[in-house]
Amino acid sequence: MESQTRKKILVTGAGGALAKKVINKLKTKYTIVAVDFRTEIDLGIPVISYKVDFNKRIFEDIFREHKFDGIIHLGRIGSTESDRFNRYNANVIGTRKLLDLAKKYNVPRNLILSTYFVYGASPYNPSLLDEKTPLKASELTMDLVDSVELENLANIYLYKYPELNLTILRPCNVAGPGVRNTFSTLLSEKNAPVVMGFNPLMQYIHIDDMRDAVCLAFEKNKPGIYNVAPEDYIAFQDAVKLSGCNKIYIPSIPPILTERIAKFMKWKSFPAHLINYYKFPVIIDGSLFSTTFNWKPIKTLDEIFSYYRGLK
Amino acid sequence: MARNKFIEKAIILNENRVEDLEKLINTFPKPAGSYGYDAWGFNIKGLKPFLTAGKWMHDNFFRVVTHGLENIPKDGRVLIISNHSGQLPFDAMMLGYALVTNPHAPRAPKGMMEFFVPKVPYISSWFSQWGGIVGDPENCKRLLQKEEAILVFPEGSRGISKPNSKKYQLERFGNGFMRMALDNNTPIIPIGMVGFEESMIRIGEIKPLAKMFKLSVFPILAPILLPTKVIINIGEPMYFKQDGHTPEYLLDEKVNKVKAEINKLIKKGLSQRTSLFEK
Repeated sequence: MESQTRKKILVTGAGGALAKKVINKLKTKYTIVAVDFRTEIDLGIPVISYKVDFNKRIFEDIFREHKFDGIIHLGRIGSTESDRFNRYNANVIGTRKLLDLAKKYNVPRNLILSTYFVYGASPYNPSLLDEKTPLKASELTMDLVDSVELENLANIYLYKYPELNLTILRPCNVAGPGVRNTFSTLLSEKNAPVVMGFNPLMQYIHIDDMRDAVCLAFEKNKPGIYNVAPEDYIAFQDAVKLSGCNKIYIPSIPPILTERIAKFMKWKSFPAHLINYYKFPVIIDGSLFSTTFNWKPIKTLDEIFSYYRGLK
Repeated sequence: MARNKFIEKAIILNENRVEDLEKLINTFPKPAGSYGYDAWGFNIKGLKPFLTAGKWMHDNFFRVVTHGLENIPKDGRVLIISNHSGQLPFDAMMLGYALVTNPHAPRAPKGMMEFFVPKVPYISSWFSQWGGIVGDPENCKRLLQKEEAILVFPEGSRGISKPNSKKYQLERFGNGFMRMALDNNTPIIPIGMVGFEESMIRIGEIKPLAKMFKLSVFPILAPILLPTKVIINIGEPMYFKQDGHTPEYLLDEKVNKVKAEINKLIKKGLSQRTSLFEK
């Protein structure tokens, strides 16, 4: 009886650390259907789990079987995983399929996780980029085209289909236990590459705070685009030092040498297409999200770096 | 409270009784995050090497005398507009030092960096920690909304790299600062600096290198920095009002008023100086 009255939500990317935390937080209030294209995740009852590719026709069967009251789309292939073609298919075409299904099956509340990478790391970036700032990432590297295209697609659906109540979140660097993105991987390692002479300012958000931000944005349902970041900043090399890493200095002149070294070494934590993010700051203004949702991060930078220090 | 403590320390530092930079920095009235950084990369701890080097250059090398420090408002948004000279930006460093240790109203102004600086290793990091920002209108707007002080050299590279034959002749001023002042209802503090023009001797310039590095000029300098006497005159705040949108030709008139005021302050400085290398 209870399961009939409980609202049902779809969470994608269920294998990721953030999705697991979101599911654990929401499963007491909602019936969760978790999907991941990589593996079927056992999250225990009452979570229903599927391994499915969004681009396959079978994905629609899940929508037919469950009447969703909301979708939290956290699943995406990171910029260091797979190749451009697969990333584009999964992240852009897959998201389009998901949004079309959301429209077809009248899902009234939708949230998509994006990234601050979409703004692009340019030496001429002003600080505190707000949500209206043009997205320049694809101008700097083809490897982030899928991230920018995903955003453009989500923007079209946000304004063309207001009934979807679409919220797009652009968080800064998510860090903490279980997070496997580029910067978290780097801080977890004993030896961390840094570009000589460059020490860009960065923002980090603890995975628990990001979980709360996702849940809050989903539940309060105020459609729009929001940056999510704390009002606290640290230079990259300070973060590396505080995380207990040994710095490996990569020459910065000429710039092509830095790129060649990154390509040759094939470090997951220092991919060639993200070198600009290790050189130039991309500081986002999270004030719109903070005021709209009355949100403030709880975990401090110190807590984030002490976690990474503990891994060494 | 924090400001009062800082003022006390600044007075002590200025009077050369105590040189406890740590204490001065710890009481600096600047909003910053848990590791001392603000959103533009300014770092309170980064002030220490700046003040250490700056103090020696200010007190001993250039023997800087600053008049009119009381014209700098204690708080609130302000655009500090100055002439720019000397081939290398020692003028920005000395003015920055004088403003940070101003016993009346210590301010750490943000300064516009040349467009190529963010790409230069080490220099970009140091300048950011000392308050350098990318010269983007959005940056300035946000800083003024946060009631910060911004230091602008409207002559830009035209001013700093001009030949010695053009000394104390102001180059063309860009209009951007005036538009910023009008749009954000911000007072302008004019400043005239004397002494840096003669501190470095420009022998010539290499045009192909300037073209290669996209600079207005690539100067050849005599490899010596001269200990000229520096006098800084800070003028009274100038207020400009905007009725609707100010067209460009009216903007020029207002810019020329600021330029004229800076010219007056330069002439005042030259009259105050008895000799180039006076004690």
